[in-house]
Amino acid sequence: MQLQSMYQDIILDHYKNPHGRGLREPFDGESFQVNPTCGDEITLRVHVDGDTITDVSYDGQGCSISQASASVLNDLVVGNTVEQAMTTMNAFVELMQGRGTVEPDEDVLDDGIAFAGVAKYPARVKCALLGWMALKAALASAGADEAAQGVEVQ
Amino acid sequence: MTTSTTPSSAATAPADAPLDVAALRADFAILTRTVRDEKPLVYLDSGATSQRPRQVLDAERRFLETANAAVHRGAHQLAEEATDAYEGARAKIAAFVGVDVGEVVFTKNATEGINLVAYAMSNAVSAGPEMERFTLGEGDEVVITEMEHHANLVPWQQLCQRTGATLRWFGVGKGDTAGRLDLSNIDELITERTKVVAFTHQSNVLGTINPVRQLVAKAREVGALTVLDACQSVPHGPVNFRELDVDFAVFSGHKMLGPSGIGILYGRRELLEAMPPFLTGGSMIELVKMEQSTFAPPPQRFEAGVPMTSQAVGLGAAIDYLNSVGMDNIAKHEHELTRAAVAGLSAIEGVRIIGPGLEADGDVHDRGGAVSFVVDGVHPHDVGQVLDSLGIAVRVGHHCAWPLHRALGIPATVRASFYLYNQPSDVDALVAGVREAQRFFGATGEAAGGGQAGGQA
Repeated sequence: MQLQSMYQDIILDHYKNPHGRGLREPFDGESFQVNPTCGDEITLRVHVDGDTITDVSYDGQGCSISQASASVLNDLVVGNTVEQAMTTMNAFVELMQGRGTVEPDEDVLDDGIAFAGVAKYPARVKCALLGWMALKAALASAGADEAAQGVEVQ
Repeated sequence: MTTSTTPSSAATAPADAPLDVAALRADFAILTRTVRDEKPLVYLDSGATSQRPRQVLDAERRFLETANAAVHRGAHQLAEEATDAYEGARAKIAAFVGVDVGEVVFTKNATEGINLVAYAMSNAVSAGPEMERFTLGEGDEVVITEMEHHANLVPWQQLCQRTGATLRWFGVGKGDTAGRLDLSNIDELITERTKVVAFTHQSNVLGTINPVRQLVAKAREVGALTVLDACQSVPHGPVNFRELDVDFAVFSGHKMLGPSGIGILYGRRELLEAMPPFLTGGSMIELVKMEQSTFAPPPQRFEAGVPMTSQAVGLGAAIDYLNSVGMDNIAKHEHELTRAAVAGLSAIEGVRIIGPGLEADGDVHDRGGAVSFVVDGVHPHDVGQVLDSLGIAVRVGHHCAWPLHRALGIPATVRASFYLYNQPSDVDALVAGVREAQRFFGATGEAAGGGQAGGQA
């Protein structure tokens, strides 16, 4: 049975009890992203104070993978610098695009390592990356995107 | 070159006899494979693309090994045989849908067929006054429906944007008419301003079979052209475009046991004869000079370039196969599967059919074998993933009908779709799989959210 390898308890926990969900003020950048193949969508806002991302708020609709990924993103990014967030994003994107061959670093990705199983299902990788695409675009719209250069989220 | 293509083990069934599905399935090698850790494949995604029997694959191979050449050119024997095979397939297809051979245009797919009509209408704007019946401009209207596949929506939207015409549409009903077109405002929507009425014969999401005659009669009354998307109807039952009285219709090969890369545009002869071309180039010309060109009569006028040939032969073989089984028999078989699926899924607490459900008589009516549904508390993607883990292939998402989903207030659905090779046990597997998805996500019969995470050991 492969279901459990994708739907780790960590993912299901984040899905049922998402962290930081809901759109909040104030914010400096916002992005709306949609997965055109399935219609899943997310609106994500960032509040940046100096170099530090002080809040990530989001709302949307989607499958357990996309919603849990946004929740994990919130955990991983809030309170860190933009540069740290980009490092984390790079690691997560690398994991998701690795078709199951990348060994995730728990020190960097924390709960994000639970998505290693999702990477084996190409159709679901976009679900996991939807929130991160929104983060990248929201940081860009906040003018905090210098550090985002070079991150390719497909 | 002709090919004989009857199901190998199932002799032509007498009318009213149930299909010998086990015998038919033996013709489809792919149905014997396993997926996801040795699970037998339960293929419930024929609405997206159908599987192909050995007879179709053999016909393509035989053609390529014995008669392959560029059609309608060349002075050699192979060219002659290839042309005969290509045109022979056209004749089979024309007979299959009750029209003349010269009214059948080969396209890349059904989407291209609709674009062909839409772009021909664009091109008519810059042609002479004799093209007036095809021209659109400000004040003119194109009428579609909210349940269209993007392929029968975006081309018309774009045509309107190019020409200044206005796009209007029928909504989908609520309450008693849920899942059906709301035609209560037909007299306000289809008017003297209407130039085109384009709609689907059978919804690829809801399964709904639309009242073609009513819409065509109204369109005729105001002199509008009709375009029928028959992708989900032609493969699954007897369809006669002449009897339906539509002006144009499209369907695709890969949804009816045939190859991909080939679609069909039917056009009423006098319309095809008058209509300007879409794609231009070789094969579609009559006379070419450096200054200007004239065009071949239809259907060649609409088949620029060297066409797909083995695909046409394969589609001809698919039609032979379908005919030998009998389209009435196929329709009856799918009706039973659809009734069982709608009944089985409806009986699960927390599952809602999106489309016509069981009627008061316990049966389904005026609907085909696309059965879409949502499961409270489990996103369609996640339902699909659980089904996939059990070997059950369904489609999830908006099925290229995003506006329909938006109108229904749901982001996505799970869709099971049936064909002649599906069997009652496939329906049982689907129903059991949906229950398993509920169990896995702890959503059994509960409203969305708030349930226990996981639930699995």
